[in-house]
Amino acid sequence: MIGAFELGMLYAVMALGVYLTFRVLNFPDLTVDGSFTTGGAVAASLIAMDTPPVLATLAGVGAGAVAGFVTGLLYTKGRIDGLLAGILTMIALWSINLRIMGVPNKPVAKADGLFGPLVDLGMGKGPWIILIFFVGVLILKAAIDWFLSTDLGLAIQATGNNEQMIRSFGVNTHNTTILTLMISNGLVAGAGALVAQYQGYADISMGVGLILIGLASVIIGQAIFGNRTVLLATFGVIVGAVLYRLVIFAALSVGLNPNDMRLLSAIMVVIALLLPRLGVFSKRLPKGRLTKPPIPSPEGEARATTAAAK
Amino acid sequence: MRKHTILGALGIVAASALALTGCSGGGDTTDGAGGEGSYSIGISQLVQHPALDAAAAGFQRAFTEAGIDATFDVQNANGEQATATTIAQKFASDGTDLVLAIATPAAQAAQAAITDKPVLFTAVTDPVEAGLVASSDAPGGNVTGTTDMNPVGDQIDLLKEIVPNAKTIGIVYASGEVNSQVQVALAKEKASELGIEVREASVATGADLQTALDSLTGVDAIYLPTDNLVTAGMGSVVDFANSNKVPLIGGEVNQVENGAIATLGLDYEALGYQTGQMAIKILTEGADPATMPVEAQTEFPLTVNPGAAEKQGVTIPEAVLSRAETTIE
Repeated sequence: MIGAFELGMLYAVMALGVYLTFRVLNFPDLTVDGSFTTGGAVAASLIAMDTPPVLATLAGVGAGAVAGFVTGLLYTKGRIDGLLAGILTMIALWSINLRIMGVPNKPVAKADGLFGPLVDLGMGKGPWIILIFFVGVLILKAAIDWFLSTDLGLAIQATGNNEQMIRSFGVNTHNTTILTLMISNGLVAGAGALVAQYQGYADISMGVGLILIGLASVIIGQAIFGNRTVLLATFGVIVGAVLYRLVIFAALSVGLNPNDMRLLSAIMVVIALLLPRLGVFSKRLPKGRLTKPPIPSPEGEARATTAAAK
Repeated sequence: MRKHTILGALGIVAASALALTGCSGGGDTTDGAGGEGSYSIGISQLVQHPALDAAAAGFQRAFTEAGIDATFDVQNANGEQATATTIAQKFASDGTDLVLAIATPAAQAAQAAITDKPVLFTAVTDPVEAGLVASSDAPGGNVTGTTDMNPVGDQIDLLKEIVPNAKTIGIVYASGEVNSQVQVALAKEKASELGIEVREASVATGADLQTALDSLTGVDAIYLPTDNLVTAGMGSVVDFANSNKVPLIGGEVNQVENGAIATLGLDYEALGYQTGQMAIKILTEGADPATMPVEAQTEFPLTVNPGAAEKQGVTIPEAVLSRAETTIE
């Protein structure tokens, strides 16, 4: 149970990256399946060469940013469709990740990694590490919130909302897109580096299916906290990532057939997508402050009826 | 859940058998729900796969046959490594007496999460390279187990015996599987001793398999490592071999049953059983995993498939046929 919190917090770092592309930039970036592994591969390989874990983790972040840069270039300068650009980078990363590690599976002894000192202090388990992870993730969240409120951050948000409009204001949307993809994949790779050090190994297939977990976290968080302000949305992403792991843990605990796990994940995401539409949480939303109103009329009606029922 | 009931039933059968024969030791609680003298054991399996399932079954059979009362919490990560970590953490917090981890990433996850209880692994090809043990003779920590290293060198010898004039052999394997890489390295070493050239074709996904096979056109024989992806795509491998008359030598019995000519086979059920005996030693005799050497299967029975040989244009020599323990019709 406690482990689900720990792992959920680490995956929240990845989910925050997915949030930046998927929600802020409106770009479904499949690069993450590869860049998550890249982060783990770089960190594990460097740690094996006695690099200090902090440096190794940062190098992982950097490698992820490079992957994001490539996807960004393909999409903006190469005019390749966004989904395809992500897939291409992801596929290329498979070979690159193998090159980085030299083998498909690279162990990292916990004592050699970032969490080694915590283990030595007896804080490698339980409430302490959760507190440390939580504070770390909140600091990261605050940094993202702050960044999105700067001029550059606002330009990125506007790129996602209405690219043509913001371009008419003189913003180079190619640059904002590339930058967001770099930050996003940097975060995802950073999460990969942390997970590798936490679970004790980097493996070539550790990122397979990751995009589903990322999207699930973002969507679950959004179903609960909405997408009205960046502050709430990023918090929702963190909660979503932890909830996702808790549900997996609960499913394992009740002895659910493992073959049904993917189905469960999909059902979870569908429910999270439907909840706001059915107006379950919307009664808490004040009227007239929605940033994304235009979609369907049934939603508006559902919201109106719940408001009336209130 | 069904597994639990079956095991429960097996437990009852074993316990009553013991009572009848008047054996002493173990099995005084029949339902095994954490009674005195009963052990709770967690099994963390990476993915559902016939070989790995057999290893888990063999492990549990060791307990049933020894008449030891144990409840097994069998968990499967369905191939997702984060889930393997969650499973290991669940076992750590449940206060499980011993954990069996099947396949390398599951073992690594268990090792990271569980430090104060014995962890046994099986179906790990190279536990030293995987960082699970300090050395095979003296693991040094709470982790030990069995390796599924197959006798690659002997299998290449077998290939040479069946296809004596082989000059080049092809190996097809998944680039993402650490076990295959280890075997390919061994195969190349052995082949160069015999003066045989090796052509590698690695695949990232099952979809690449056909292309990889096509790139091997012209080789005198193909050696298949115990690779999950290739084994899953045996159908296309056998098609290629039959239509191009390229003899296939397998790395495990399942491949021979599905159309390869022969192998000196690894038996995952027996390997799991061997791991179970190690676990029993730890639980009942207080053996220390740190000083228990990593074990491997010692005898590899020869399995042959004459029908497959015919389709692939070779005849299995009489010397090989007479040695075979299993002949597939």
